[in-house]
Amino acid sequence: MAERRRRVARDPLGLRRALADRLLIGLVAAMALLAALALAGRSGTDRLAQRWRDGAAAAVTVQVPQPTPERMERALEVLRRQPEVAAAAAVDPARMAELLRPWLGGAEGLPVPGVIEIRLADLSADAVLLGDAVAAEVPGAVTEAHGVWVGHLAALARAVEGLAFAVLALVAGVAAAVVGVAVRAGLSARRDAVLVLHGLGATDADVAGRFARRAAFLAGMGAAGGTMLALPALAALTSMAGPLADGATWHGLPWLDLMMLPLMAAGVAWLTTQATVRRWLRRLP
Amino acid sequence: MVRFTRVALAYPDARGRLGPEVLRDVSFTLGEGSFTWILGPSGAGKTSVLRLMQAALRPSAGEVELLGIPLARARRRDLPPLRRRIGTVHQEFRLLSHLSAWDNVALPLRLAAIPESTVREDVEELLDWIGLGGKEDRKPEELSGGEQQRLTIARAVVTRPALLVADEPTSELDARQARRVLALLTEMNRQGTTVVVATHSEDLPGRHPARMLALEGGRLVTDG
Repeated sequence: MAERRRRVARDPLGLRRALADRLLIGLVAAMALLAALALAGRSGTDRLAQRWRDGAAAAVTVQVPQPTPERMERALEVLRRQPEVAAAAAVDPARMAELLRPWLGGAEGLPVPGVIEIRLADLSADAVLLGDAVAAEVPGAVTEAHGVWVGHLAALARAVEGLAFAVLALVAGVAAAVVGVAVRAGLSARRDAVLVLHGLGATDADVAGRFARRAAFLAGMGAAGGTMLALPALAALTSMAGPLADGATWHGLPWLDLMMLPLMAAGVAWLTTQATVRRWLRRLP
Repeated sequence: MVRFTRVALAYPDARGRLGPEVLRDVSFTLGEGSFTWILGPSGAGKTSVLRLMQAALRPSAGEVELLGIPLARARRRDLPPLRRRIGTVHQEFRLLSHLSAWDNVALPLRLAAIPESTVREDVEELLDWIGLGGKEDRKPEELSGGEQQRLTIARAVVTRPALLVADEPTSELDARQARRVLALLTEMNRQGTTVVVATHSEDLPGRHPARMLALEGGRLVTDG
């Protein structure tokens, strides 16, 4: 009996019945599932783009025609003197021949240039200046950077990240609308009880707080469920992306962001409910 | 304590435009600890006067001063503490159907954040006083009309309000139940609460002679 009375003390408006708990939990769970997928997608895209940027931007090559050992050694020496170069290494002629075989066949007599791979210490270094420095010492040497390709990749990554944020904002907006509708229905169902409490001296903060705590609890529960439901899909996507993303694993998921989803959903529900109930109460004197 | 000064009241329609005045030029003062009957036929304006006394409305013109607070000029946040000092007995009871008798009476104390041990003591004492001891776990619909009316009175007085306002508190009751309710109201008044009772009954004021304000067509026609 004492426990039941304590429960009533916490819920005099009977909101456990008035707020459509299963519907609200289900809808918020669906929103949270979408948000979890968007969050993981944004995180994965960000990591993939970073890997592309690191790999492609750092991979500058220098082609040295007539690759005698002296010309190759001279080119390597010039490159290693440049502060923006982290590493420079000649590509093994046997590996070059292997790479060219699908296009040129086994034509050993063709004049193939020597190739030096460079990894830049500073990704913003000007590859043209670097090429000029090599060409001044080794005539005919050509430097090739992948700036345009990197630029396209970076733009694509930014667009995907922006899209993920837009999806998250849309999900938050829809969740707020769902909570607003549920709270208005709850206000209709408990209109008489709210009027009685108002007449007995309950403040707007008191009434709105009771609704907001209940809505935040239901939304938090729904979001936790939705996030849990997203985990198998994320696990499958992670294993599929592994070969493309340098062995991406389960541990690489944005766990902190995912754990924040129920809190974020509860926060959105709390704020929406406060605004909805207070606006409704303002019609009373 | 309660002062009406040239009060007019009109209810707004759905578009917020004020309709015809239901109270016009009503003025009176009720002293602290007084007992007052408000009389008049249906539609005379009794309920509107009581709703103003419950701080459930603000006057369209004039001023209503309740327990030192001028309603027309009061800030919205000043009204909830004022309402907690006013006990209200509604004609249609307005009990919460999902709560037990015990929890209905406890509601005003819980809103005032009174410790649960004090709530328990006060509610049990009051339920015994109104003769509902042993029925505390029943829902309102499981109680008779008279029991629901007494429960409403218990909820109105549990905070020991400075002002008790009752609208037709005996309209749904038989003569024996009506006498019992009147006894509760006079007992509250004897303990210092200012009591205002609206009724269209002619018998009730005869059983407890006190000041009578008679309304007709939204105007105060008799004060004596």
